[in-house]
Amino acid sequence: MRKSLRINHHPLLGEMDKKVISFTYNGEKLQGLEGEPIAVALLANHIRILRRHEESGSARGLYCGIGHCMECRVELLGKGQVRACLTPLKEGMEIREGSRLPNAITGRVDS
Amino acid sequence: MSEVQQTDLLIVGAGPAGLSAAATISADRDFRVMVIDEFPEPGGRLLGQFHEERNHSWWIGKIVAADLIIQNTLAGVMIQCGVSVYGLELLPDGWRVLTSKGDIRTKYLLLATGAAEVPMPISGWTLPGVMSIGAAQVMANVHQVKPGERGYIVGVNVLSLAIAKELVVAGIEIEGIALPPDDLFAMEETNPVAAIELLTRLSDAAPAPWMRWGGKLAQKMKLSRLIASCFPKKGVKVWDLPLQLRTALVSIQGVDQVESVIVADVTRSGEIIEGSQREIEVDFVAIAGGLYPLAELAALAGCPFLYVSELGGNIPVHNERLKTTLPNLYVAGNITGVEGAQVAMAQGRLAAHSISYDAGWFACEEEPKLLDAIAEVKEVRRSAMIQFHPEIDSARKRIYELFEHWM
Repeated sequence: MRKSLRINHHPLLGEMDKKVISFTYNGEKLQGLEGEPIAVALLANHIRILRRHEESGSARGLYCGIGHCMECRVELLGKGQVRACLTPLKEGMEIREGSRLPNAITGRVDS
Repeated sequence: MSEVQQTDLLIVGAGPAGLSAAATISADRDFRVMVIDEFPEPGGRLLGQFHEERNHSWWIGKIVAADLIIQNTLAGVMIQCGVSVYGLELLPDGWRVLTSKGDIRTKYLLLATGAAEVPMPISGWTLPGVMSIGAAQVMANVHQVKPGERGYIVGVNVLSLAIAKELVVAGIEIEGIALPPDDLFAMEETNPVAAIELLTRLSDAAPAPWMRWGGKLAQKMKLSRLIASCFPKKGVKVWDLPLQLRTALVSIQGVDQVESVIVADVTRSGEIIEGSQREIEVDFVAIAGGLYPLAELAALAGCPFLYVSELGGNIPVHNERLKTTLPNLYVAGNITGVEGAQVAMAQGRLAAHSISYDAGWFACEEEPKLLDAIAEVKEVRRSAMIQFHPEIDSARKRIYELFEHWM
């Protein structure tokens, strides 16, 4: 079991007052705090790989954290592709790695 | 969902500028005010900022934000989060704002969208575990999750030093703060001389006494080259931060995520010294390329722009009262130029007085308030802990002159 990345007892900012809830990522059952962005809940579980690049297949994760760079796209059941840095976590969410978008130039459609 | 909402003033951005504007205007008048933001909670960058003031007390942005939110709630301001704006249309009597939650019609529109970070493509920067320094700040301070156990910061500027200090306070190990490699494309700050020039501007917030005391002198006497020559290769500890002005981060290594970085010593002008490369194990890298004003919505509205390097980039033309050249459209905060949160708050209050004045309420009462608000922005800027750029006043004057010329 790796050491948690959660900061308990921040010297200046106090404690987080949020409910612990369950969700799944790629089928694995995990826990996170209600309302925190999906990317944060995954990071707290040491998960950084959020999708694979469309062409190279190289791993991608959170970059800007403000919804601008679109690098953190994940697949949320019932919603489709969402930005993991801006989407609040809810109980029972089923999340998977972001699917690869089709490429109009090469004609690739599948992921 | 797609029902059209109506308001008198719509503020885009629930950060320091937007929340201050809303609290000021609604505290004074019976006027419908709505604030929207893309992030799930209000507060903007206030949520993740803290710094030590001159009197050694801590300024904690989260507390400032909570106070502004209470003021807004008491004044009946509607704050809606998780709303993205994707279109703006000028109407004869105001603005139509297209959002992810439907259209909003407003008489007055205030853009307080803040700033975004300049990306810095270093070899390996797409690996998971590499993030902008602002993202590392949000993880650690807003959500209280460490971006990693041990990290490297690349980019030496006001933002990187301030956030590095916050990360250390949160118990995160920082292996080094180094320069970007100078071979990719020329950015400011990529060589030791430029980095020292920048650090000497930090004024009271400078991370080391020699920078505070020596800063002005160094600037005046152009000592940066000399300091760069004397700067020890292994770096110096300032604010408990390993500041390495003679080191560049060459590349980021790892299979599917960050495992290590390659750093190398550099000459005074930033060239890599062959044979000095070494690998350091880290699990995250924060890229600090500096901030630029986030002004897409002003562009979408049709504002003319002026590129002002001292203010961080392209600025929508506006006057000292924060009016743009377009009817009923105002700007406040970092969209007008990159500065600290306290300046943004003062600008938010000024925008509120400017809108009240233009709305024609008791103009004789409003004018002195407006002039006071203008003076207050200048005073807050003058006394700020962190001086983002020494030429901010003259740079801003150029924008105001262009506004007069334009109108």
